[in-house]
Amino acid sequence: MTALLELREVTKIYSGGVFRRRTTVALDRVSLSIGTEKPTITAIAGESGSGKTTMGMLFLGFLPPTSGEILYKGKDLWAASKEEWRVFRREVQAIFQDPFEVYNPFYKVDHVLTMPIVRFHLANSRQGQQEMIEKALIDVGLRPEETLGRYPHQLSGGQRQRITVARALLLQPKLIIADEPVSMVDASLRATILQSLRKLNQELGISILYITHDLATAYHICENIMVLYQGSVAEAGDVETVIKNPQHPYTRLLVGSIAWPDPRHKWGQEVAEYRGETLTQKTAGCKFAPRCPRAKPICRESPPPLYQTNHTRAAACYLYEDNPILAGHEIGRVLSQ
Amino acid sequence: MDPILSARDLSVYYYTERGPVKAVDHVSLDLQQSMRLGLVGESGCGKSTLAMALMRLIRPPGRIVHGEVLLDGVDLVKLSAEEVRRTRLSKIALIPQGAMNSLNPVMRVREQIADGIVDRDELFSIAEIEARVTELLESVELDPRVAGMYPHELSGGMKQRVCMAIAISMRPKVIIADEPTSALDVVVQRQVMDTVRRLQEELGLSIILIGHDMGLMAQSVDFLAVMYAGRLVEIGSVEDIFLQPLHPYTQLLISTLPTLEVRGVFRGIPGITPTLLNAPEGCLFHPRCLKATDACRSEETPVLKEVSFSHCVSCYLYEDNK
Repeated sequence: MTALLELREVTKIYSGGVFRRRTTVALDRVSLSIGTEKPTITAIAGESGSGKTTMGMLFLGFLPPTSGEILYKGKDLWAASKEEWRVFRREVQAIFQDPFEVYNPFYKVDHVLTMPIVRFHLANSRQGQQEMIEKALIDVGLRPEETLGRYPHQLSGGQRQRITVARALLLQPKLIIADEPVSMVDASLRATILQSLRKLNQELGISILYITHDLATAYHICENIMVLYQGSVAEAGDVETVIKNPQHPYTRLLVGSIAWPDPRHKWGQEVAEYRGETLTQKTAGCKFAPRCPRAKPICRESPPPLYQTNHTRAAACYLYEDNPILAGHEIGRVLSQ
Repeated sequence: MDPILSARDLSVYYYTERGPVKAVDHVSLDLQQSMRLGLVGESGCGKSTLAMALMRLIRPPGRIVHGEVLLDGVDLVKLSAEEVRRTRLSKIALIPQGAMNSLNPVMRVREQIADGIVDRDELFSIAEIEARVTELLESVELDPRVAGMYPHELSGGMKQRVCMAIAISMRPKVIIADEPTSALDVVVQRQVMDTVRRLQEELGLSIILIGHDMGLMAQSVDFLAVMYAGRLVEIGSVEDIFLQPLHPYTQLLISTLPTLEVRGVFRGIPGITPTLLNAPEGCLFHPRCLKATDACRSEETPVLKEVSFSHCVSCYLYEDNK
């Protein structure tokens, strides 16, 4: 089976400063593949600086990798022909965080919906174009008559974000990369937008890469989760068990910090053991070791490989060194496809 | 015991070309000594305007139309501008939304903290100010060396802590924090809130925490007030609001939240918030309410009434109880 889109051992280094000597490793040999057989929702979770947005950019073909390969239907994306890129641009769509910035305030919202139709020649007539737009809006739970013909400032953040979902939908994509799609909308609308994303996944068979810092929403809409810490995979696997029983000490810290909206489920005390805030220290070993309460000497010496802890879980932590090592590109084995 | 801060029938309107926007309308609210009160609502519900009104920081085109803000028995609305200025920071302090981005980028942290202390009648020596700055930084769990740094050298969580140090610099009794952790990572958010809680207990502060993150509220406040379209619709202990919400809006709001127990169930609240320019007749929530009756559509907006012990709701469904 060839994956639709695959990152294989991808590293992304940003360089800056005079003579580009100052470098930041945003993503460090990370692999992930999105299959075609069964549409999945995969969460990429992490804090700021974890490399999750860089990973989204790489998946979208907005950035070339520094090393490693990005394979689109088994072929190197960055060696693809113009025509292949066109198909790729149609099949892989993006939804961004800020529903306010994607609109040009001088155009009616119809503009963002007609553009892709015109650009990709999806409709033969005005009539067909209108029907496509209306169908896409209905699919995301908006009433076309209340939405079309309006300017962006006349719509709420939630409506605007749903229009961006509708826009992605128009192109009948195979994969949607959603980078923090709900972090800027109110709680009451958050549920509605997540609901429409899940509907796309279940009814229209679209795979979704859900990039987020919010483990609570990831827990609810995803099947798989990959937790990144400073550019490396800390833990990956089935979302339900990862959240309920986190293995990597970093995932434990993250899960322990989730503010569950339930006064009976109070924040635990375990977080106090962890040291400091995210300090970008150069270490030869595990990047989390300086903050980890369970760090051993080996953790500071060499970075831990991924250990497959059971058939749906993997953690990059020496606490699990009795388990078999999983090579980076084999991470798909623990993620349901 | 008298509340430390209370709003009495407070209304704040913004006068626009298209008519008055009733951002805060007839809101009455009591903050007791050492209480942590949360104020939640969707964006545009007037929660930040209420915070500004409690500090008397409303500027034209906004205006406090009527009502009182009693701080320790003194009505802030009636004070002169100079008297209010003296009250701020020494009795009541605000951590505004996005406070961490409002630090002056070209001033060291030391000067920014000292600024509020120097601006008083009492004279302090340089050594006294230095000692106070160090003490304040330590109380918000920052290294005293941070005093000599510029904001760009600090992380988001550290900047937020500096803002907290400024807020408590003149030992106020009340702190109003508007979304203090909204731009922070979950772990940092948790750590910052732990510090807020410790400070609140140690200094006996009363806190109003404003935000829309219900999870954060459940974890950090004792009482919760819910606003909708400029009105207070429900107020009660955090347990009452989460476990036995009364107002249909609160009930819907609670039902949209993700929980650990049930995975993959979503519900949104149908409809959209009304514009505060042309608010609907009757209860402002009736167009979205599943339990609305004719009374809700035609009669006056229901007022807040105590239904059970310190649990108040403004809804016609509970009119018979009292």
